Amino acid sequence: MASTIVVQGLHKAYGEVKAVDGVSFEVEAGEFFGILGPNGAGKTTTLEIVEGLRKADAGEVRLLGQAPWPRNAALLPRIGVQQQASSFFERLTAREQIRTFASLYGVGSKKADDMLELVGLADKAEVRAEKLSGGQMQRLSIACALVHDPELVFLDEPTAALDPQARRNLWDLLRAINTQGRTIVLTTHYMDEAEILCDRVAIMDHGRILQSGPPAELVRGLDSATRITIETGAIAVDEARRLFQGAEVDDDGVSLTLVTRTPAPVLASLAERNALRGLSVRGATLEDVFLNLTGREYRA
Amino acid sequence: MSSGFISLSRAMLLGFVRDRAALFFTILFPLMFLIVFGGLMKNQGVSRSKVIEVGPVAVIDQVPAEAKADLDKVLEVTKMTDRQMAVDAVRKGDYAAAVEQQGDTVVVHYSAADQVRSGTVRGVLASLVQQANIAVSPIPARFEFQAQQVEDKSLKTIQFVTPGLLGWALATGATFGAAMTLVTWREKRILRRLRLSPVSTVSVIGARVGVSVGIALAQTAIFLAVATLPYFGLQLSSYWWMSIPVILVGTLAFLSIGLLAGAWAKTQETANMIAQLVVLPMAFLSGSFFPLDITPKWVQTLAEIFPLRHLNQALLDVMVRGKGPESVLPELGILAGFAIVVSLVAARLFRWDEV
Repeated sequence: MASTIVVQGLHKAYGEVKAVDGVSFEVEAGEFFGILGPNGAGKTTTLEIVEGLRKADAGEVRLLGQAPWPRNAALLPRIGVQQQASSFFERLTAREQIRTFASLYGVGSKKADDMLELVGLADKAEVRAEKLSGGQMQRLSIACALVHDPELVFLDEPTAALDPQARRNLWDLLRAINTQGRTIVLTTHYMDEAEILCDRVAIMDHGRILQSGPPAELVRGLDSATRITIETGAIAVDEARRLFQGAEVDDDGVSLTLVTRTPAPVLASLAERNALRGLSVRGATLEDVFLNLTGREYRA
Repeated sequence: MSSGFISLSRAMLLGFVRDRAALFFTILFPLMFLIVFGGLMKNQGVSRSKVIEVGPVAVIDQVPAEAKADLDKVLEVTKMTDRQMAVDAVRKGDYAAAVEQQGDTVVVHYSAADQVRSGTVRGVLASLVQQANIAVSPIPARFEFQAQQVEDKSLKTIQFVTPGLLGWALATGATFGAAMTLVTWREKRILRRLRLSPVSTVSVIGARVGVSVGIALAQTAIFLAVATLPYFGLQLSSYWWMSIPVILVGTLAFLSIGLLAGAWAKTQETANMIAQLVVLPMAFLSGSFFPLDITPKWVQTLAEIFPLRHLNQALLDVMVRGKGPESVLPELGILAGFAIVVSLVAARLFRWDEV
């Protein structure tokens, strides 16, 4: 069976600007796929072409075996889209919003109310959408995208501008949706989000996919150093330098940082000396992968 | 259609009735004008009636000077020589009546279309003839006639103010409704969201048209309910029901203007401004606030290009002038043609998205 999404050689230019410059990828059924990159990398344009909102200059898109462009009414009920900015009808309550969207797909109000319950907005049903908090709005927006039980869900930066607590709540919700067997494509400019949620990510910049694969694999592929941080004074700087020849040692007066490619013996030796006060260990992240790929700091 | 159409209509209608500003400007504001015009100025009569004098008519020409001044307050006399032309002008409604003298008989040609006006003119002329008879009669007058007005319902301001203000209210409601929906929905990306759902374009447009027509009928019902209160005393003519198709087609014409403004404008503010700039001057020049009879000829000619002029004209004809249903067919045709042409232009300019 063919992949749920097949994208081949996508190109889209706005005047001189090449927003999408030769993007190809595939997403399997049930996969949680992330498109990661800074603002302006071409994520949203790519997503809009894949959803069928825009026409590509060149390249081909197949969703569930069908072409999304021109507007494909047979395909639309099988996909759910949550847009970057929440789009709601003016002056309607949360319940009225989701019931309206549900009926566009011929879904009854019972199902719509259940979906509201699922995203934890049952107690906000009578509140007008514009009065909801940022996190509640995003949850409502996702509920509206899911109300017709789509097989394939597109989420464009669903956690942008949310506080950390709300982001975490939303992550739980997204994982739950994925566990139900739905395929999810998510764009984000948060590295940690992609790392935590996605089975596979594609890192994008300047309209191209630089690398793709499972986050852990990408990070491991870097073979980068690990940073071990302990409280200053837990071990003397000179002693640390003598003990760990291969490591970079730095003390800023608050923390002592050891950067090493062999963290295990370092940690063992620190433990022996009972010098683990304030310990934190940080391996490479997708951020480092991005840095490595582009040669520059990640600009979120 | 079906469920998408119904739920979108519902969403739009709820959005409208919960929008206090929209409610105010489409319903309350025009109603305030009706109350002010119809209530405060309710004792003012209609403007002077225009009469054609075909050839010399002694009873008019030989009115004594002091009576002449009184006569001028009611009649505006234009002289013409061609009888056929004069009668045609009356038939068209440009003049209230044409008067000619055949020997000792004074003949008044009038049109039944505007019964109020022709009635007035006939009354005035009959009394002139009467007076002339008395003047030449050797028998001194035995009876004297004195008129005391209790209240002449048919001449009240409300009669011509209601159709015009209603036309303005309908134009405002339809234009703003369509323009704002289109721009707001695009700005808020609801159009995009709808494009990603299996709802048909016909349902989306149908919902907007349906809601606008509903609002227009509600405006009409409220307007007529207020205007026919005994205090205002609007008298609807027997063919007033013909105003319903006129209102439907008129609403379509103004919806198309709103769609055009909405397709062109990028922000709500711009759309609002365009709609305002189109509707308000048009209302002034189309006789919504004052009868065009008092304006220069070129204004009246210019007004012919405005759909609101034709809407007002048609409403006036069937609601208070008592013209027959077939008399507004040309107006209906003009409004429908306008709606079709402007809608086609709007469709060409239409964008789902901001980019």
